[in-house]
Amino acid sequence: MLALRGYSRLIGYALLGLGVAIIIAPFLWISLQSFKFEIDILQGSWIFNPTLTNYTDVLYSRRSDFPVNIWNSLVVATVSTIFVLIIGTLAAYSLSRLKWNKYIAGGFLGWTLLFNMISPLTLIGPWYLIFREVGLSESLTALVLIHITLHMPMTIWLMMSYFNEVPKDIEDAAMMDGCRRIDVFWKIALPLVKPGLIAAGVLSFVFSWNEFAAALNLTSMDTATVPVAIARFAQQYEIQYGQMASASVLSTIPALFLMFFGQRFVVQGLTMGAVK
Amino acid sequence: MARILRLQKSDARIEGKPRSLIDFIDKHLNWFTLGPALVMMLMLTAYPFINLIWMAVSTITFEQASEVWTFTPVRNFQDLLSDEIFRIALWNTIVFSVVSVSVEIVLGLGLAILVSSITRFKGVVRTALIIPILMPPIAIGSMWSLMYGFDFGVINQMLGYIGIAPLNWLGSTSLALMSVIIVDVWHWTPFVFLILFASVEGLPRDVIEAARVDGAGNRAILFKIIIPLLKPAIFVALLFRSILAFKVFDEVFLLTSGGPGTSTEVVSLHLYKVFFVQNEMGYGALLSIAIICATVAFLWVGKCAGSALKEN
Repeated sequence: MLALRGYSRLIGYALLGLGVAIIIAPFLWISLQSFKFEIDILQGSWIFNPTLTNYTDVLYSRRSDFPVNIWNSLVVATVSTIFVLIIGTLAAYSLSRLKWNKYIAGGFLGWTLLFNMISPLTLIGPWYLIFREVGLSESLTALVLIHITLHMPMTIWLMMSYFNEVPKDIEDAAMMDGCRRIDVFWKIALPLVKPGLIAAGVLSFVFSWNEFAAALNLTSMDTATVPVAIARFAQQYEIQYGQMASASVLSTIPALFLMFFGQRFVVQGLTMGAVK
Repeated sequence: MARILRLQKSDARIEGKPRSLIDFIDKHLNWFTLGPALVMMLMLTAYPFINLIWMAVSTITFEQASEVWTFTPVRNFQDLLSDEIFRIALWNTIVFSVVSVSVEIVLGLGLAILVSSITRFKGVVRTALIIPILMPPIAIGSMWSLMYGFDFGVINQMLGYIGIAPLNWLGSTSLALMSVIIVDVWHWTPFVFLILFASVEGLPRDVIEAARVDGAGNRAILFKIIIPLLKPAIFVALLFRSILAFKVFDEVFLLTSGGPGTSTEVVSLHLYKVFFVQNEMGYGALLSIAIICATVAFLWVGKCAGSALKEN
């Protein structure tokens, strides 16, 4: 946009390089720590014998629950993503294309917005009591239900903006030719919003994988997810810095994976709602 | 022939005789599609919300397997009025949100304009900037708590190289909130950048070219054209970020847990402690309602300020 020439161009590139370095450096530094023995971490040495002990301790040691935590996180994130995609996409189509009483539609959308604004911790007390009441307390099912609820507003709003982009004429033409609404949805609208489905899917998977506040309070030792486990590393009486570092690095794998393979969809998903 | 068949099929529908389950679903498609979401939201947000009101006027104690509810509205309100920590937490949250969001907007805007002005490396920059957004906030917390470490943290180590005495980033009352804000700025500036960058790239290039032909310099183009045109996007970024900033929990939980003293206590952290450390379900519910009201008020003030900004 601006025309940078000569010195200002040089300064521009330098600033940008600095910015990128500041963003990446903490991640590189913690990766470095995860390959150090505890003693090297505490001495802050830059030259050290790299080791995989931290990773093997976290993943294979008999005292470590981390594999269980990873499994729990995978289950919760996968199941909640599938459900939130189905429920959210249907709702988005309904609100963007089908006839609705404006009070119901407006009320519903307003409520999802309000719910998205408040901290999930404000509802954690009632959730805890309700799940206790129905015998789901500290179960993965409860956490899956909460994650579906938490990521529903985002999915609905995102999918609505994709459905709104589908030209109405195509759907009308199909209806004229005798297609039922349900066929229009299934055979025309849904294939056209596939990029939106992928964007919403990857975002809700990552957000569910990352979610901490609800997982902390609604899970027990056996059902704890990865973020809860990392928080536990940090709160032990004697902090195992190396294991904490390696667990943190392991927890970012889905994010890194997405960064390399799904970047287009992530950027689309994060900016789509905002730019409109 | 097929056409006639289809017409007959639709005739059947007009007469209101659904021929199959699918036809039945099709007829009431709006309820079948919104229904599941409606049920979920009613069950898991509206019903708990009603519960919250009910809990807010009670004291709940756990005796073995069952809960005992007693009606104590006055006590809960007195607790709220005398809750010193809540007031501190509210103030800290507001300071945290306002400072971190303003810094993020300034940095994100600068970065977005800078990246749009260069010709190379755009992809690399964008890739690098996505990392913090997608990382688990708790991993970010653990990362920075290692980096802030007093004895062996890399930040103090770096300060040592240039001859500055080590700072107690997370352990001193005067510095702790700023340390948390720094982490938040690191975490969310990329998000502001992404939103603003998408808008900068969408700006009409011919307008800017025309201004340049007319002899406008970089400074004039930046302040007279680009920034005014970006105001709506800045407003959106401001709103999104304020919402998230007011909810902050994960990083603060891991970095300081509100300490030292109450210097980094934020509202969601205080709420967590009341609910699950002090086990005060009843008072916690009242606190939740107070926090919801505070959140709405804060965002409303923010929105008004933003609109005023957008207009002039």
